[in-house]
Amino acid sequence: MSTIAMPAPDQAILNRKEEVVAALRAALPAELVISDPAETHAYECDALTAYRCPPLAVVLPRTTAEVAAAMTVCHAHGIPVVPRGAGTSLAGGALPTADSVIISTLRLRGYLEIDTDNRFIRVQTGVTNLSVSGELDPHGFFYAPDPSSQLACTIAGNIAMNSGGAHCLKYGVTTNNLMGATVVLTTGEVIELGGTEMGPEGLDLLGLICGSEGQLGIVTEAVLRILPKPEGARPVLIGYDSAEVAGECVAKIIRSGVIPVAIEYMDDVVVRAVEDFVHAGYPTCTAVLIVEVEGSPDEIDHQIALIREIADTLNPVEFREARNGDEAMAIWKGRKSAFGAMGRINDYMCLDGTVPVSQLPYTLRRIGELSKEHGLEVGNVFHAGDGNMHPLILFNANTPGDLERAEAFGADILRLCVEVGGCLTGEHGVGVEKRDLMTVQYTDDDLSIQMAVKDVFDPDWLLNPAKVFPLQSSAAHRSAEAR
Amino acid sequence: MTVQDEMLAPASEQELSEVIAEAHARRTPIGIFGGGTRIEGRSPEWLTLSTARLSGVVTYEPGEMTLIVRPGTSVSEIEEMLARENQSLAFEPADLRGVLGGNGTPTIGGVVAANDSGPRRLRVGACRDHLLGVRFVDGQGRILKNGGRVMKNVTGLDLGKVMCGSFGTLGVLTEVVMKTLPAARATETLALPGLSVAQAVEVFSVALATPYDIAGAAWRDGTAYLRIEGLDRQVPYRSEKLRAMFRNREIDQIDAEGTRALWRSLRELDHFAGTAAPLWRLMVRPTDAGAITGRLAALGGAFSLDWGGGLIWYCGPGSGTQLRAALPSGHATLIRRGGAEGPAFTPPPPVVARLSDQLRRTFDPARILNPGLMDA
Ligand SMILES: Cc1cc2nc3c(=O)[nH]c(=O)nc-3n(C[C@H](O)[C@H](O)[C@H](O)COP(=O)(O)OP(=O)(O)OC[C@H]3O[C@@H](n4cnc5c(N)ncnc54)[C@H](O)[C@@H]3O)c2cc1C
Ligand SMILES: Cc1cc2nc3c(=O)[nH]c(=O)nc-3n(C[C@H](O)[C@H](O)[C@H](O)COP(=O)(O)OP(=O)(O)OC[C@H]3O[C@@H](n4cnc5c(N)ncnc54)[C@H](O)[C@@H]3O)c2cc1C
Repeated sequence: MSTIAMPAPDQAILNRKEEVVAALRAALPAELVISDPAETHAYECDALTAYRCPPLAVVLPRTTAEVAAAMTVCHAHGIPVVPRGAGTSLAGGALPTADSVIISTLRLRGYLEIDTDNRFIRVQTGVTNLSVSGELDPHGFFYAPDPSSQLACTIAGNIAMNSGGAHCLKYGVTTNNLMGATVVLTTGEVIELGGTEMGPEGLDLLGLICGSEGQLGIVTEAVLRILPKPEGARPVLIGYDSAEVAGECVAKIIRSGVIPVAIEYMDDVVVRAVEDFVHAGYPTCTAVLIVEVEGSPDEIDHQIALIREIADTLNPVEFREARNGDEAMAIWKGRKSAFGAMGRINDYMCLDGTVPVSQLPYTLRRIGELSKEHGLEVGNVFHAGDGNMHPLILFNANTPGDLERAEAFGADILRLCVEVGGCLTGEHGVGVEKRDLMTVQYTDDDLSIQMAVKDVFDPDWLLNPAKVFPLQSSAAHRSAEAR
Repeated sequence: MTVQDEMLAPASEQELSEVIAEAHARRTPIGIFGGGTRIEGRSPEWLTLSTARLSGVVTYEPGEMTLIVRPGTSVSEIEEMLARENQSLAFEPADLRGVLGGNGTPTIGGVVAANDSGPRRLRVGACRDHLLGVRFVDGQGRILKNGGRVMKNVTGLDLGKVMCGSFGTLGVLTEVVMKTLPAARATETLALPGLSVAQAVEVFSVALATPYDIAGAAWRDGTAYLRIEGLDRQVPYRSEKLRAMFRNREIDQIDAEGTRALWRSLRELDHFAGTAAPLWRLMVRPTDAGAITGRLAALGGAFSLDWGGGLIWYCGPGSGTQLRAALPSGHATLIRRGGAEGPAFTPPPPVVARLSDQLRRTFDPARILNPGLMDA
């Protein structure tokens, strides 16, 4: 059994299932409402698969107006609503409760406007991340945030989680690339935040919505900033025998003034797993860095020369430069298959804490020690330029007690991240997974103001229940409100 | 106005918290002053609070691109410190004293509270995109924090975003964490004279569709300016490519030194120094700039462009209602009163106004912080 508690469903709501479904079918074309358990079953979990629960019903609206209609019905009936994109959340952000209605973005798939003169694209939020760049490709533009899940995940999920990606060192995360959004509030009211201009007027509600994990409203349309495609990109691979030295190399590159688009780090556990899996030809050493730079061929040569100069002062085990597209692919091949390679060894749990770059070596060492204490193996693969770590804890889901041990180990790692000046989650979000650890990073007052902000948007707390805020904190907050 | 006179200047977060808690209990309005370089007045019955003694750098880690600093620290002091490490606040906050008057020194707290961003905002994002974390005291005197000191952080709601640009109406910042970026090693400007606004925006749209990382696109007095930045070898290469693209237009090249002076002058609005009329900041869809400036010209004032046409500065007559009616997209903010009446900020639509108002009550239940400012 897993250890994260979800509240018991409201029996009164479960009893009213037929009434609620009928009301939804009256407000929307009936085929957009799914209530047969055989079908709602497909929505029982996201990528945090240890937690599952089918919802009461699922609604698949095609327009903002249909989302608003569904929200209005749920609001009138006091039914919790769980927004859902592609369900790739690693934090259980899209996990339903039995008494909730899922509002899915599956059919919000329109590309509404591409404007390269003003450098934006307007989409319905159910489109996948990768397809946005696909749509822009013929125009010579792309959408920068690129989570590894980009083939499947939606813009809606990206906005809700403020997702990042390998290239955010240079281009920023979702919030830095989001210009506007259409948001449906719990009441069914529709608001437009931001737009096609370059800054908000008044309080930056758009900035608040981004990363709010479906707690404040449902985002149905978005205006995204688009960028011209770079002339080219090329990675180098640098191997070191110590995590400290690799960390130093990262800091020195950053200080040099070269801003690579990505600096990725893999430790020996991951490198070995990758080698067994795809034979990427990585050196067997403690730390492998992949650094990618962009520009014209000449600019790339110049930047790589600068990086080489820095790397060489630290005696690398290997410095491998991609001379052509095939060699570039070979360098990235291992990194891209890292999660899959670890998955071949065992089940894994992927963490997402961020630490200050200077604390990377210490954090890695402590993770190694914790691994021994908990008796579970861990591999590290992460975005080193910004200190966003992804420790992968290996465990066996079929061994009783293993998941709990992995969760305890994970919690220790996240506490460590906060202790060294970092945070619980760099890009995956809190969801249910890190909900109860929020008190490690925030005081009661810090959490209380966040919950008071939720009150403003969702006074009845119908949106995405039992996520983000520790159950105890939210219960205390809400009973204080009621008094 | 000299800032420190007759002002309360708490020396610590704790002291500030006590002052605000008391003001909250007594419902005493508080005017918050950083450098006090802004224009809106204050009434005599307010408590005036200066952040002057909440100053100093907490930590600066160039290898992590992070700076933790207290709000009363002057922007120029920060910029000098970063420059010694070849870094900068890439969003390029402007010193608008030339047009706003005032004899204080702009502070980082004021910059964050106003979400001030200069020409490079076009490429690197606004102040809010470079704000990693905040500590602040809310309208009840509670000491709160949000975000942190790391570059990637999605833990809980992002309150830093609403604090940034809230002009002190939600709380008093006591510490801000900024992302710093390497300063460009080389720079150059291409000047294209003899262009109308519409022509300039066309040039901008073409240049900004190239991968040459244009780090400034502004227009003033009939000349369009494109700023190029990068590593030593990138700049001549990019310059050459761009000049080839616009080869049938007249182009002047401005060297690094000239470039630095020019963009300082552009961002500090030198061209409006010494004027007294209302000064407006309009954020619009760039390709609308031609039509909008046509309407502004009809009102009788002068204008310049930044952000590839996305930002129009307008200095001249006209009411807020007239100006806002001239905008097919975006909004207009009054930066200097100059006798203009009515709200400085574009009033939001009703539901957004309601949410904003409730948010303000959440942070500041007695509505004592900068009352009147940002009101709908
Ligand atoms: C293999 C793998 C690799 C990954 N790599 C990365 C990575 O590199 N970087 C990264 O940041 N993440 C990564 N993720 C995590 C995940 O893909 C992202 O969080 C993604 O943005 C989720 O999108 P989704 O469409 O799947 O959303 P879902 O999982 O369906 O939902 C995510 C959250 O968004 C909310 N939500 C959904 N739709 C809406 C809406 N319309 N309005 C409001 N809220 C809504 C949900 O309630 C939920 O809280 C990875 C996941 C996997 C499985
Ligand atoms: C409506 C408006 C729009 C502006 N837009 C721009 C712009 O686009 N670009 C630009 O360069 N300049 C802009 N300015 C000018 C800008 O205010 C100053 O350039 C900058 O803030 C200077 O800092 P200061 O320390 O003098 O701030 P001050 O003038 O002292 O304060 C500016 C604002 O921030 C608040 N404030 C100051 N310190 C704190 C703190 N620690 N915590 C909370 N609130 C605080 C003040 O109450 C005030 O509302 C604008 C000013 C106004 C009034």
